[in-house]
Amino acid sequence: MGCKCGSIESANCHCGRIVGINGNMLTVEFFDSVKQNEIAYAILDDIHLKAEVVRTRGRYADLQILEEPKGLKVGGHVDFTGELMAVELGPGLLTQIFDGLQNPLPGLAKQCGFFLKRGMYLDALSRDKEWEFTPAVKKGDTLSAGDTLGTVPEGIFVHRIMVPFSLKGRYSVERIATHGSYRVSEIIAELQDMKGFLIKVSMVQKWPVKIPLNCYHERLMPTDTLMTKIRMVDTFFPVARGGTFCIPGPFGAGKTVLQQMISKNAEVDIVVVAACGERAGEVAGTLREFPELIDPRTGKSLMERTVIICNTSSMPVAAREASIYTAVTLAEYYRQMGLHVLLLVDSTSRWAQALREVSGRLEEIPGDEAFPAYLESVIAAFYERAAIVKLRDGTVGSVTIGGTVSPAGGNFDEPVTQATLKVVGAFLGLSRERSNARRYPAIHPLESWSKYWSIIKSEDLKLAQKILKDGNDIAQMMKVVGEEGTSIDDFVMYLKSEYLDAVYMQQNAFHAVDGAVSAERQRYIFNKIVKTFGTKMAFHSKDEARTFFQILIQKTKDWNYMAMESDEFQKIEAELDKMIGEVAKNAQNIPEN
Amino acid sequence: MRRIYRKIEQIVGNVITVVAGEVSYGELATITTPEGSSLAQVIRLDGDRVSLQVLAGTKGISTNAEIRFLGHSMQTPFSKSLLGRIFTGSGEPRDKRPAITENLIDIGGPSVNPVKRVTPGNMIPTGIPMIDVFNTLVESQKLPIFSVAGEPYNSLLARIAMQAKVDIIILGGMGLKHDDYLFFRDVLEKNGALTRSILFIHTAADPTVECILVPDLCLAVAEQFALQGKRVLVLLTDMTNFADSIKEIANTMEQIPSNRGYPGDLYSQLACRYEKAAAFEGAGSITILAVTTMPGDDVTHPIPDNTGYITEGQFYLRNGRIEPFGSLSRLKQHVNNRTREDHRSIMDSMIQLYALYKESFEKQSMGFRISAWDKKLLRYGERFEHEMMDLNVNISLDQALDLGWYILADCFQPAETGITTKLIEKFWPDNTRMSIA
Repeated sequence: MGCKCGSIESANCHCGRIVGINGNMLTVEFFDSVKQNEIAYAILDDIHLKAEVVRTRGRYADLQILEEPKGLKVGGHVDFTGELMAVELGPGLLTQIFDGLQNPLPGLAKQCGFFLKRGMYLDALSRDKEWEFTPAVKKGDTLSAGDTLGTVPEGIFVHRIMVPFSLKGRYSVERIATHGSYRVSEIIAELQDMKGFLIKVSMVQKWPVKIPLNCYHERLMPTDTLMTKIRMVDTFFPVARGGTFCIPGPFGAGKTVLQQMISKNAEVDIVVVAACGERAGEVAGTLREFPELIDPRTGKSLMERTVIICNTSSMPVAAREASIYTAVTLAEYYRQMGLHVLLLVDSTSRWAQALREVSGRLEEIPGDEAFPAYLESVIAAFYERAAIVKLRDGTVGSVTIGGTVSPAGGNFDEPVTQATLKVVGAFLGLSRERSNARRYPAIHPLESWSKYWSIIKSEDLKLAQKILKDGNDIAQMMKVVGEEGTSIDDFVMYLKSEYLDAVYMQQNAFHAVDGAVSAERQRYIFNKIVKTFGTKMAFHSKDEARTFFQILIQKTKDWNYMAMESDEFQKIEAELDKMIGEVAKNAQNIPEN
Repeated sequence: MRRIYRKIEQIVGNVITVVAGEVSYGELATITTPEGSSLAQVIRLDGDRVSLQVLAGTKGISTNAEIRFLGHSMQTPFSKSLLGRIFTGSGEPRDKRPAITENLIDIGGPSVNPVKRVTPGNMIPTGIPMIDVFNTLVESQKLPIFSVAGEPYNSLLARIAMQAKVDIIILGGMGLKHDDYLFFRDVLEKNGALTRSILFIHTAADPTVECILVPDLCLAVAEQFALQGKRVLVLLTDMTNFADSIKEIANTMEQIPSNRGYPGDLYSQLACRYEKAAAFEGAGSITILAVTTMPGDDVTHPIPDNTGYITEGQFYLRNGRIEPFGSLSRLKQHVNNRTREDHRSIMDSMIQLYALYKESFEKQSMGFRISAWDKKLLRYGERFEHEMMDLNVNISLDQALDLGWYILADCFQPAETGITTKLIEKFWPDNTRMSIA
């Protein structure tokens, strides 16, 4: 007896037949059974196109095709795999550039040239490369999923080879490979379960991307500040290791530059960058730039700690949805090794739009702005995969997630921003006014917030925030009553807030010194500014006050550009002190008005 | 296998439905009526029901029109003989010269592998200071010109076409007024640039569906030239008409609209086209400049909004000038550190001062007392608008930077500009009364 598809080899060949095509949605009549979210291949001559089951109704399954559907026909054959979408985990992920389905893009370029070719799927991890394996267990040890079998060096990291995460229960080691070089697919251990069943383990394992990897002992509270070396973030709106943050902003406000700054300077072990539905040129920039940049913490190239998942805007939409799950799964994998991982997603809105496209094609009842009703829970579930955890061996690892949001029309009231704000720990809202005025990073100082701990003492921070707020109020009032209607004290307060903005909040991302500021330097400069604000100042006229602050701003900016250990740094600091000293002396001669 | 059908089940808008077998998704067909024939493209398959969008529109199509499936998707010829030629949105000659049928290539091909892209590093000089100094155009960049009806965006595009230093220009007109089409043709011809240009023109009088193909045709041809090592500049006007055509088809197909009637995949549709801009490793490049007229001057309208998220910056054309606020070239950092050391500082401080000028100007308009500082700003702002922003200024980057210093020196004391002392010492002009021609 053969299968309905015509195959005579098996009655159960797990396949189906296309009955409808609408954009990237296939309707397939299946003959046996299908699993929700299982992967299938639509077959077009000798090309196999990956698709994922998103709905079943009766004998029909709706599949979102992860490639361009051009050329498919009604009646075409579809093979179901019975497996959920999964990624390969093992040594060799770092420095790689994958597409949303974990195809290595350099490998594709080698085979297909300038253009991507649909239906080409390569192994994520090189099967030829040999890794130097050092066993960490011996025969007879009892282990469970996620425990270390041995290690291999991967660049600057010790990569743990672990008991496959999908194994349940306890296992005893029957055989473990000796120290030596192995390929990822070679068997390095044999484990026996309680019933005596033998399992062979290689250095590569698979994990379904949509299921969080939780082989840890417990989740901890995110308390340590993750240094980004951006003054405005670390001081005013800090991010914690294992926490979450979002960067919403209209186009042109500098989301991507801000994220690139963070990816370069963040004090973490590994950075996973997910370019999700954004510009390919930016990814290309990162690809060319990172290998050249030196990570000051390790002295090695930045690329050595980076994995890039890249599904740019012109690549198939359904694969865009998969890409951020691929990225977060890789991040979780390295967390299992006791490493601190930062995942940056640019942009979560494109991912939400991919959900919307699929939902629209399925003719689901649309919610706000036609996004599906489950948008919020999907976003929440994604951000909840960020965590700082204690592993079973006592080491601590973390995944921090930062996502940009691209709200339609720059309006933060839209569904994706709102759903994101509910679940993140820090909100770095970018403002078009600030970017128009070239005040970068254009993080809005009054609207943004963070629930994590700053590197600055909280009373000093409160003072600075008060000056910003008062300065802003005065600026608003001045628009109505004019400068002449403003008292000189108020005017000086306004100038102080402008000073803080110009020399501390604004930062030149492209300058070698100003682009990355250490915690030590941030505290030093901030203290200096607080001291300046504490100085009693008085001026004869508003013009005099303005000129004073203009010179002060310029000098402080010059100061920001000098390396902290340089002579110029001390020289300018002395000049600043002198200026402040003089104005304080003058203040005694000018009566309070 | 039967490839010819004579029974149309349904005609709705520009979409027809026939019952046919063995049809593949995206395939082309010709529809022949006694009045003539048109191309149509398969956009949905549902069992044996095939929906096609008819490029020339469905007006006058009878239910027994002949439909012949061609077995391939949309193609365009590609050869050197395209240069100097003008075509319609369906690829037919518009210049009364013979059709070209050699070397057919598919349009709407796959996207470039990101690892094969080169980081853009060459500036495209245009002679317009608002572009060269403040928002440098870079090879392989995709930039929209956001404007509103009535602004001289087509003249700006034509000026850039004339002055920009590239090998080949491909102009795609969508919903173009016939006058504008003639304007482009004449300007290019007069300046001897037509021989390095190819025009795909869909005018407002042509069927709407043809409009959808214009960017794909332009970019497919551009891609081939770029692979041969040419630096290609693609000019598209007006992408709003393109997006509206997409909306029309989506609504006809009863897709659930997401925002103001536009389909949920508007972003992806636009991105597919704009992302064709690229610099190829070891070959040429494609640069895209596309006019997007903002309906109601509203930048939050779905078309400009989605465009802004895709492109690498944008130019705002308002009141006949490229607005310094909002206008942005994201790739300028790749090139403006190699032009002249003062480029970035001039760019930043002139804009910051211009922003302050706007505040002072507002103060003045509201009748507040003007301080000495305000007066300086007001003087500066006027000079800046007059000497830098005017679109008729045609000077090189070096001249423009020098002009910047003269204007600053004429209006301010060095410390007031916020430029670092090092640059001030080197560039601040001694003779502040000097002017350049």
